[in-house]
Amino acid sequence: MKSWMPFEWIAALRFLQEGRMQSLLIIVGVGVGVAVIVFMSALLSGLQANLVRRTLSSQAHIVLLPAEEVARPQASSGHDAIRLQKQAQRLRSIDQWQLLRDRLEAWPEIAAVSPAASGPAFAVRGDASKAVTLLGIEPARYQQVIDLGGHLTAGELRVGAGEAVIGIELAKDLGADVGDKLRIRGAQGEAETLTVTGLFDLGNKGVNARNVYVGLRTGQTLLDLVGGVSNIDLALHDLDLAEDVAQRIAAESGLIADSWIRTNAQFVTALTSQRVSSNVIRFFIALSVSFGIASVLVVSVVQRSKEIGILRAMGATQAQMRRIFLLQGGIVGFLGSFLGSALAWAFLMLWRMLARNPDGTPLFDIGVEPALVAIAAGGASVVGILAALLPARRAAGLDPVVAIRG
Amino acid sequence: MADAVLKLEGLRKAYAGADTEYEVLHGIDLRLGRGEFAALIGPSGSGKSTLLNLIGLLDRPSSGRLVIDGEETATLDDTALTRLRGERIGFVFQHHHLIPAFTAEENVAMPLLIARGRPDAAMFARAGELLDRVGLARQRRQLANRLSGGQQQRVAIARALAMSPALVLADEPTGNLDTHSADEVFALLREVNRQLGTSFLIVTHDPRLARRCDRIIELVDGVVVSDRPNNAAPPDSGPVDGS
Repeated sequence: MKSWMPFEWIAALRFLQEGRMQSLLIIVGVGVGVAVIVFMSALLSGLQANLVRRTLSSQAHIVLLPAEEVARPQASSGHDAIRLQKQAQRLRSIDQWQLLRDRLEAWPEIAAVSPAASGPAFAVRGDASKAVTLLGIEPARYQQVIDLGGHLTAGELRVGAGEAVIGIELAKDLGADVGDKLRIRGAQGEAETLTVTGLFDLGNKGVNARNVYVGLRTGQTLLDLVGGVSNIDLALHDLDLAEDVAQRIAAESGLIADSWIRTNAQFVTALTSQRVSSNVIRFFIALSVSFGIASVLVVSVVQRSKEIGILRAMGATQAQMRRIFLLQGGIVGFLGSFLGSALAWAFLMLWRMLARNPDGTPLFDIGVEPALVAIAAGGASVVGILAALLPARRAAGLDPVVAIRG
Repeated sequence: MADAVLKLEGLRKAYAGADTEYEVLHGIDLRLGRGEFAALIGPSGSGKSTLLNLIGLLDRPSSGRLVIDGEETATLDDTALTRLRGERIGFVFQHHHLIPAFTAEENVAMPLLIARGRPDAAMFARAGELLDRVGLARQRRQLANRLSGGQQQRVAIARALAMSPALVLADEPTGNLDTHSADEVFALLREVNRQLGTSFLIVTHDPRLARRCDRIIELVDGVVVSDRPNNAAPPDSGPVDGS
């Protein structure tokens, strides 16, 4: 007997120790439940983080665009039949973009601000001519929004005057490589011959075939947008706040602010429903685990009714009896959660070994986070104690006379 | 006798039947003095066990007064009754009723542990002392269910004495033992009674055992039909105190 341990702890531990087989089975039962929850959570968060990362590898978290131009008819008498033709949207600059850029940089939620002049253009090389999206960027700023430098397959990220970085698909289509020249012609007719300084692969075929990165000034010239930018790309510290921040910026600046959440609405809905369904599964696993604990403890109360009666006769109060059984539930949950975390870790190691890309690299990165183990341990202990409520009440309510006779 | 450890006045106990109540005890009056060694006898179904449960505060009377060691019990709540029971009353049951998950020593220390909340060296010293008194000093570290029947009953007696109770209630303490062990256990009860002045109320079927007590109370159909000093008790068996 450890001298620091209260009576209730001693009794709870001894009871569990004595019913060794029973205790072991239920701890394993709890462990399997916790393992499934931990494994599933790790897998899901790994999968989702991976999907989000891939989706956002070529997208800014928020894109700011100038407000749309609308046709405003003169006030009419009301008798005229007016057919309002929607206005075609010109490529326009964001007003006061330098000011806006500096202001947004001061927002605590915003990690990076990258203005860009982007618009349609043609890339011509020899006989081949391709429609492309021309993006005039400041590389240092753009790099903080989209990791272009990390996705280069050849050359370097250098977009000085007369230089361009293109995607691998476009390079293939045009037969161009690093050091080769290609001619870019803007929609307004401005054209310039550029040297390819780098090739990128952002993991998205469309982007790889379309995007041509040039310096901001080159972009402005080619797109006839001198001194202006057509959009501002933002990166946030917290992805989930994108929609919220976008709406605040829109309200404040009058610009159109598209968050990645809005742009990829279906994708985000799919992620959310995946999370909801996994929560439902988790809930039911926790429920069945708690029923398991409860049923074992109910049986234990019946088996131990005589001992409960003796303890009551020797002066143990109802509250003490209740605590003994609540503790047993908590201890079973706590121990089970550690077994479960170990099991989950083993599953994940196995998963890492088995689930691999054809080239042998892991499909995606997942791991057991210590926080998840701590949450599982706390959660399972609470579930154990809750599950023990009913058995504990029965133990406390046992009539000592009947218990001793029985 | 002014110093009573137990005082019953008009104690009744009725149980609710299917449609009518039936009364098991019909108004019991009884006093037990300090240091008395009394037997409670009677045929099966006479209400002995019910009476013992009431006195042991394991059950509540339907009406009447029950005073334990000077404490009026009618107004106490369950927790207070439990405390009073733990401190003033020791139990020795027929079926030993040790807790098998604990050692002999831990079983004896259990009432102290329950009362104090945490184990300490003093309670184990006390347990060792009591086990020594009942002749089981060497078995103190053995699990309770590894002991023989007689040994278990002696541990149970040591446990009943752990809190130095005013009154020990024994329900057929030798009922499950062979003659030799029964004699040993009874002698031990007697010895404790004499040396510590603890009062004993012993429920028994065994006339041989009853004859060795100082006072014999007979219960038939829920009424005390006779209550007499037993002058036939062995002369060395301590103070004899009649009604």
